[in-house]
Amino acid sequence: MNAARGRAANEPFRVPRPMFDARCRACWFVAGLVALTVASFVTLDLQWAKFLSAESMGRMGRFLGELLSPSAEPAFLRKLVVAGVETLAMSAVGTLLAAAFGLLLAVPASKSHVDDPARWRGPTRLVLNVLRSIPELVWAALLLISAGLGPLAGTLALALHTTGVLGRLFAEAIENAPPGPAFALRAQGVAEGRVFLHSTLVQVLPQLLSYTLYRWENNIRAAAVLGVVGGGGLGQMLAFHMGLFQMSETSSILITMMGLVALVDLLSYLSRRLLSR
Amino acid sequence: MAADASILRPGRRDPAWAGRVFWLSVALVLLVPALVATEFRPWVMLEGENLKVTARFLGDFFPPKLEPAFLAMVAKETWRTVAIATAGVALALLVAIPLTLVSTAALSVSALPGRMNALPFVVRTAVRWLLIVLRSVPELIWALVFVRVVGLGPTAGVLAIALTYGGMLGKVYGEILESGENHATTTLLRNGAGRLQAFFHGLLPQNAAELTSYTVYRWECAIRSSAVLGFVGAGGLGQQMDASMKMFAGAEVATMLIVFVLLVWLADRASAWLRRELG
Repeated sequence: MNAARGRAANEPFRVPRPMFDARCRACWFVAGLVALTVASFVTLDLQWAKFLSAESMGRMGRFLGELLSPSAEPAFLRKLVVAGVETLAMSAVGTLLAAAFGLLLAVPASKSHVDDPARWRGPTRLVLNVLRSIPELVWAALLLISAGLGPLAGTLALALHTTGVLGRLFAEAIENAPPGPAFALRAQGVAEGRVFLHSTLVQVLPQLLSYTLYRWENNIRAAAVLGVVGGGGLGQMLAFHMGLFQMSETSSILITMMGLVALVDLLSYLSRRLLSR
Repeated sequence: MAADASILRPGRRDPAWAGRVFWLSVALVLLVPALVATEFRPWVMLEGENLKVTARFLGDFFPPKLEPAFLAMVAKETWRTVAIATAGVALALLVAIPLTLVSTAALSVSALPGRMNALPFVVRTAVRWLLIVLRSVPELIWALVFVRVVGLGPTAGVLAIALTYGGMLGKVYGEILESGENHATTTLLRNGAGRLQAFFHGLLPQNAAELTSYTVYRWECAIRSSAVLGFVGAGGLGQQMDASMKMFAGAEVATMLIVFVLLVWLADRASAWLRRELG
């Protein structure tokens, strides 16, 4: 702590601060973590013997062997493309809905100026936190009951979780926007809604857009696996064919999934490099 | 007619209306095919039969089930969720640390005078690709595979987390080690220190805080994902939640959701505190 605060003049030759220190509470916490790890291994009934047995190793090997011959039937490939498009559409619609609802919730969740009473800030933030802390997959499983099997459940699940994430990020962006323009409008007697539309929203829009794009990238990855519980897209196809032990189809689906994720990673990497130049 | 009046007085017209209308219509044109592809018909949720089932399920949410025997089971499963995450991250470290040591270019002896030799370069690139592949398969898919091989239970969850998080940790550790100031490390290597010596006395002390803080953050993520892995049969809170949902036991689901939200909140607080403490 102290070494970090007092910057020496000869920075590169600064002595790194000691890793262990009897008074450092974090070190005790790390010791606690080690104890936690040991306790975890002891209490879980992990079946290493079964996993490392010749039988299951053989099964694993056969499984991987079967994965090496992906199916490339035209009819199946057409279904695969449809599922891939469905996955992309799920992520796009889910993210868009989340951006809209996130913005709607971010307004009451932020204290826009000093005199703003922001009565709804606490309750709205609680809602956003609950939405955010339940993962997409759990939302999808819950929504299956009312929306049925298929992409609708997955889309709404993505939308709910992402609303929580984006709502919080948006609220923080709104609170951190420079107050000048909004103050100028307010001083002219412009109503609160118009102040938001013509100053705050315009100021934070690029930031909101970049948060949304970032979440979209995450959601494409999430949408690919959401289907495993029945939420549509590639995941649902994977669960179906894996359940029937059709390994060549499973293999093609896995390859498509990994290809999709890798493509998204590559595009986001390239666009980041382009933008940061 | 307030609308007409505002058009007549140019001072009160929205100065940005053209752009707003344009972008809204572009969005709508793009949205329609996507809505068709996702079968986006939310009104099916409001149809008679569906609504009745949903209402019964949600109505059962309150009050949450608080019987001692059930709570004890939830507590046990919650601990198992944490334990799966912790054991998974511990094994992930066993995967990540050696692979990081092999792949980091900061520990290259042959790169000291200029360019790295061909063989070390190939090995490092291969290990980096291995890490990327491990990371790019979602843990849920690994869990599905391991449930097939070792059967239902926490073993599949631990293995799935170990592999995916091993890849993530290894990749990010490499980036952290290479992004920092490595003057001390190169000096040690130039003066004849071994790679491990250079690592323990140069790279590690410099980056320890950042490495630990990233690991703790990933542990927090692992708790969230170990709960999710339960849905494919890898044990813990998720497996119980899945079972209760299939029986439409709203009260049980409500209790477990509350416990899960609290668990995530607690892990978030703990990890934020620890990361702040580490600086």
